[in-house]
Amino acid sequence: MDVVKQLQRQFIDFSTSLYREGFVDDQFAQLQKLQDESNPDFVVEVVSLFFDDSEKLVKNLAVALEQQVVDYKQVDANVHQLKGSSSSIGAKRVKDVCVAFRSFCEAENHEGCLRCLHQVSHENSLLKNKLQTLFRLEQQILAAGGTVPVLE
Amino acid sequence: MGTYNMDLCNCIEPPWPADELLMKYQYISDFFIALAYFSIPLELIYFVKKSAVFPYRWVLVQFGAFIVLCGATHLINLWTFTMHTRTVAVVMTTAKILTAVVSCATALMLVHIIPDLLSVKTRELFLKNKAAELDREMGLIRTQEETGRHVRMLTHEIRSTLDRHTILKTTLVELGRTLGLEECALWMPTRTGLELHLSYTLRHQNPVGFTVPIQLPVINQVFNTSRAVKISPNSPVARLRPAGKYMPGEVVAVRVPLLHLSNFQIHDWPELSTKRYALMVLMLPSDSARQWHVHELELVEVVADQVAVALSHAAILEESMRARDLLMEQNVALDLARREAETAVRARNDFLAVMNHEMRTPMHAIIALSSLLQETELTPEQRLMVETILKSSNILATLINDVLDLSRLEDGSLQLEIGTFSLHSLFREALNLIKPVASVKKLYVTLSLSPDLPEYAVGDEKRLMQVVLNVVGNAVKFTKEGGISISAFVAKAESLRDPRAPDFFPIPSDNHFYLRVEVKDTGSGVNPQDTPKLFMKFVQSQPLAAKNSSGSGLGLAICKRFVNLMEGQIRIESEGLGRGSTAIFIVKLGIPGRSTESELSFIHKGPGIQAKPNFSGLKVVVVDENSVGRMVTRGLLVHLGCDVLAVASGDECIRVVTHEHKVVFLDVTLPGTESFEVAVRIHEKFAKRPDRPIIVALTGNTDRTTKENCLRVGMAGVILKPVSLDKMRSVLSDLLEHGYLVESQ
Repeated sequence: MDVVKQLQRQFIDFSTSLYREGFVDDQFAQLQKLQDESNPDFVVEVVSLFFDDSEKLVKNLAVALEQQVVDYKQVDANVHQLKGSSSSIGAKRVKDVCVAFRSFCEAENHEGCLRCLHQVSHENSLLKNKLQTLFRLEQQILAAGGTVPVLE
Repeated sequence: MGTYNMDLCNCIEPPWPADELLMKYQYISDFFIALAYFSIPLELIYFVKKSAVFPYRWVLVQFGAFIVLCGATHLINLWTFTMHTRTVAVVMTTAKILTAVVSCATALMLVHIIPDLLSVKTRELFLKNKAAELDREMGLIRTQEETGRHVRMLTHEIRSTLDRHTILKTTLVELGRTLGLEECALWMPTRTGLELHLSYTLRHQNPVGFTVPIQLPVINQVFNTSRAVKISPNSPVARLRPAGKYMPGEVVAVRVPLLHLSNFQIHDWPELSTKRYALMVLMLPSDSARQWHVHELELVEVVADQVAVALSHAAILEESMRARDLLMEQNVALDLARREAETAVRARNDFLAVMNHEMRTPMHAIIALSSLLQETELTPEQRLMVETILKSSNILATLINDVLDLSRLEDGSLQLEIGTFSLHSLFREALNLIKPVASVKKLYVTLSLSPDLPEYAVGDEKRLMQVVLNVVGNAVKFTKEGGISISAFVAKAESLRDPRAPDFFPIPSDNHFYLRVEVKDTGSGVNPQDTPKLFMKFVQSQPLAAKNSSGSGLGLAICKRFVNLMEGQIRIESEGLGRGSTAIFIVKLGIPGRSTESELSFIHKGPGIQAKPNFSGLKVVVVDENSVGRMVTRGLLVHLGCDVLAVASGDECIRVVTHEHKVVFLDVTLPGTESFEVAVRIHEKFAKRPDRPIIVALTGNTDRTTKENCLRVGMAGVILKPVSLDKMRSVLSDLLEHGYLVESQ
């Protein structure tokens, strides 16, 4: 019982820190709400999908920005996609970078775009790690026989 | 008289020579015999002819013949005394022969006849006896029938009334009449049950109160049996008439059971053991030598029983009449009370309605002007006067407000008036209102509004102001030195879940935010144990407080009610007496422009408990190029119970959408007009059908053009992404109920 409580405590602290640090926002909480008995791995699935998607997009962006003549429309489209995806799962920081990214695109600022790209990539990896930790904690709690606490 | 000498004469040769005298006598006797013999049949015939009943005519004829012939013989004998001719002898002989024949026949017949005649006689006797017996029985039956009739009539009379007195009176009268009594009396037991009191008599109209003790042997004797008992006319109960010179008639007494309501149990017959009896005494007329007959006694017994029943009915009726009268009285009283209460409530409401405006306005004017006056040049006495005016009017204002609001709150008739208002100006105004009072007490007041506090909010401005004023006013009231600091900020998710308020379940959503206000004072503080009591009506936690702690004790109770109505929570924390206190309250306010009015259900709904509308099986289509977005939207709808078909392109959507799908969620994040074309084509596909799916746009764009375009192509509404669960739920409800979004974003 103690182990479970400890794990839960850890989970809560970690979750709260995620929110506090702006890694995720309300939308992530909404996603967690959608998880139920009929859909037990919803969050994990969506998040995995997001990371697949975002990694692909980042790669595309890298390729696009490496071109001699940068097709900013294409870049914008990709960033738009990424912004959409990240806001769908509540990846706040990523989304914020995307917003900045888009303005650089509009301004056709290559430097800015590159910077943003790196930032996006960085944030993506950070988020991935954080979420993986979160899911691991969840698994541990479930394995120990407890229930995953729900944050309000 | 027969002779064997046929030749000469018929007479017997007498042994001695015929004496003339003897012959003469014989002659006369024969003559008379003949006469008699002839006359008897004549008489018989005459009388037989007269009476038609005689059954033995034939015998009579025979007898007649016999007698006639005998007579004839004797007559003819008359001629044989002297010499007579042969003819005479022949006639004589014939007559004699005939007579012999007839008399033998008659003799023989008589052998048969006489027993018959005798038996007739016996039968006649028997019949006479029987007739007498029948007569007797008839007499009996008649008397019985008459008795029965009397009983019926008596019972009818007795039972035809439900009035006790009438019953008893009638009984006595009827009995007296039927049985021809001289006197009839009824002795009732007294309340104590120890005596019998003469209650009714037949002859005397108002019997003087005779009483006899109930334990007399004669009375016991009567009470122990249900039969009518003959008693001595000298017993105390029977001595009803002045002792006269006459021989008193026989007296009979019978018990009359007095049945009580409580004797009637549901399943049993009435218990006769715990009984009270009355005594009925009946006296036959004196000097009549009449005796009590059995049937009369039976009559009396029956009547006594009937009387008992009739009396009990009368008693029951009396009871029920009394109960009914009582109920009616109570009804009338209740009705009156109700009407009075209604009048009172109405009067109160009228009063409140008037007070509401009329009293508050001048109150505020007084307070405002007094505080203004304070700012001017005043002599010390004037200043003192103004201060007093201000203090008193503040108290009065508070009292008015509190009482008015609380009564409406208690009715449950209070509803929040939702509107959009400026939070900032609310706090500023509150500050302005409290500053005068605070400066009088030389207290500082600070206000700090957090930067993330929205400029505008949706809620009940007036009530919120009241809460703020009340809390701040309280703080000022209980602070003698130092000051108050008010801070307001948006409550964050984690701070909402306060372990100190375990019943508070705030549900964050993107149309509301929780406003948290903390009012900290350096005042007299509160004993931590008393903090819950602060919000109870009329409870003052400081009964020994200084003069300025006056107040009706309603303020905080009202605040609590308002805060609860706003789905919030309020509490006061204090570290103890003399250490100041902090009032903290959180209320739920709406964010203007981002919510539909119908979502702000402030009216008496439990926090966060929203009815789950049933979308199970609702067929919808989700169109989104972004795989993540698609998956999230799909997950959202699946969680709400819909049957979701998720496609990645507009073309695919057109292909798969059917008339069974009720809603199509179309993501229009893509720049350009592609998504709108999809909508148009969907409309074309279902142009003819009335049940075509509703199309809703999902977009991350909040600009006007997108919205206008969407609506132009016939979309039912626009939803801003990301969509929360609550938002999607209410969107679906809206769509299903109205067919369009009540307020698009």
